[in-house]
Amino acid sequence: MADSPPKTNGAVATAGLAESGSHGPLNGGRKTPEPLIFEKSVPGRRAGSLPPCDVPRKPVAELIPEAELRTDLSLPEVGELDVVRHFTRLSKLNYSVDAEFYPLGSCTMKYNPKLDENVAALPGFRQLHPLQPEETVQGALRVLYELGQLLGEITGLPGVSAQPVAGAHGEFTGIMMVRAAHIKAGRMRRKVLIPDSAHGTNPATAAMSGYEAVTVGHDRRTGELDFADFKAKLDEDCAAIMITVPNTLGLFERQITEICRLAHDVGCYVYCDGANMNAMVGQVRPGDLGVDLLHINLHKTFAVPHGGGGPGGGAICVTSDLEPFLPAPVVARRENGSYGFDHHRPDSIGRVHGFHGNFNAALRSYTYILSLGKEGLYDVGANAVLNANYLRSKLRQAYPLYVDRICMHEFVLDGRWLREHGLRTLDLAKRLIDYGYHPPTIYFPLIVPEAIMIEPTETESRQTLDAFAGAMLAIAQEAREQPEVLHEAPSSTPIGRLDEVRAARRPDLRWRAGIAGEAAESLSEARHEAAVQGRY
Amino acid sequence: MASPADCKYTKEHEWVRLEGETATVGITEFAQQELGDVVFVELPAAGSPVEQGQTFGAVESVKAASDLYAPISGQVLEANAALEDTPDAVNKDPYGAGWMLKVQPADLSELDSLMDAAAYDSYVQGLH
Repeated sequence: MADSPPKTNGAVATAGLAESGSHGPLNGGRKTPEPLIFEKSVPGRRAGSLPPCDVPRKPVAELIPEAELRTDLSLPEVGELDVVRHFTRLSKLNYSVDAEFYPLGSCTMKYNPKLDENVAALPGFRQLHPLQPEETVQGALRVLYELGQLLGEITGLPGVSAQPVAGAHGEFTGIMMVRAAHIKAGRMRRKVLIPDSAHGTNPATAAMSGYEAVTVGHDRRTGELDFADFKAKLDEDCAAIMITVPNTLGLFERQITEICRLAHDVGCYVYCDGANMNAMVGQVRPGDLGVDLLHINLHKTFAVPHGGGGPGGGAICVTSDLEPFLPAPVVARRENGSYGFDHHRPDSIGRVHGFHGNFNAALRSYTYILSLGKEGLYDVGANAVLNANYLRSKLRQAYPLYVDRICMHEFVLDGRWLREHGLRTLDLAKRLIDYGYHPPTIYFPLIVPEAIMIEPTETESRQTLDAFAGAMLAIAQEAREQPEVLHEAPSSTPIGRLDEVRAARRPDLRWRAGIAGEAAESLSEARHEAAVQGRY
Repeated sequence: MASPADCKYTKEHEWVRLEGETATVGITEFAQQELGDVVFVELPAAGSPVEQGQTFGAVESVKAASDLYAPISGQVLEANAALEDTPDAVNKDPYGAGWMLKVQPADLSELDSLMDAAAYDSYVQGLH
């Protein structure tokens, strides 16, 4: 696909605005904000009528100790219809991938096929209890066992546990396994190498596992790991290197096999952060590159709905050498063909989660993998990369790239040019909301000033990508010609630009009866003043 | 804007100013601009040791949390308690009211390894 100059003429701008117009009628340019349910309360109103009581009535004070009784909770008193309308209206204000495009870099906000939801909703799965006897949950155990087999084949790392429930949780599990393996071999090591482009969870994982996180720089020209810096810092005190492939700039680490070889030469494990596995799924097996361990964000790569904080999945995949250290129990297939939990794991690091992790996430991923099959998964990686490069080539002349080369599943724009117009990346992100798009990830990775990180994923059509590019180019034009429009954005949402600084410095997190709006504001101001004066 | 001539600077954008026996430490104008509005500063207690080139605390803005690196080794005499309630002093007056630590230096020769104002200004110029 040849790069073509961006069209910043009126036609494109109109196309972008037409897109925003397709997102429902706006109430005078702004949707109506929905009050809190507390503010709808009317004394004495209630949502249901209970049948007559068929046991003797007792005063509540006889049933609950007086000290535990509270009358100050001010619970909302509302009718059933009030409740239904309130939450339905809130749900209409929600932004979701089922309704809109979500180019949130590093988050892989792909569409989650409804087939996976249907399977997860089957009563046989939905009504399981984790304490049921094994013989009554053979199907669920088989799902966990076979998911392990599938992930082992996809990653080239045959030891798998689906117990971790998030990416950072998978990292922590992996580095604790590295620690256990070093200790068992009598090797005392203190350091974990981490590139400066890494997700912040990597150094946090190293620290939580008792290691010192040592930062390795990146090559400004290639956007890859600074190989000389890596070699200088690699020694026999390194327990592991945690490396993200492709890295957070969306670039493949072309020296990865050499990095693995040098690390192994000094007994250092290679942990691959699988956050960006969507670019490689079906294309490259990390195990074949020399990686020893990798976690997979099931909720990203294998399509479990996410964005609201979970439930997610952070399955850990390891070499057969590290397999004995996996969290216990593991799901095993017995000689008679039945499935069960194997608790006899003397080298295991132990449990990392109650019961067996988020089974529902594992189930959705299992369904997703089987429904796509080998060829389908190959297309996932290929189209994720194709879509990212298509969008990159449409945007690159209006928005300079931090590293201008073919990318993998995502790319990072450098928003510093906005400063010439008194703007920042934040203003661009807010303006995108007016065009009907969820803003991309901004200010990450930390190595890119004014970063704008875009990941379209494989599930978006060319038409969606064109419309999004149209909006981005229209905003670039606005930035040059009417920067104030960006300063004031968003102007189409129920509430405009939030004061994020004040929200962080003086968070006011609690609704209190009788204090609303300006009253709460002046109270908070007064408190702040008092606090400041008390200090000085 | 030229950086104050009475300070020395690190590549991580901290400054240190020696007044008598006491070294005062903070972050530079460039650092505060890059961070954006500072919302929280985490500093060590008086009496804690700091080591040149090692982290001594963290600064959080609405954009990101960043480690702070000590420009000089020694013992913390005082941390700027006013930043707990007015972290914006780091933005408004990074070389004055936004100071972070007062340190009893262990080895004054460490200052020789830092940049002076002119060297730091041209270093920052190269980052743009």
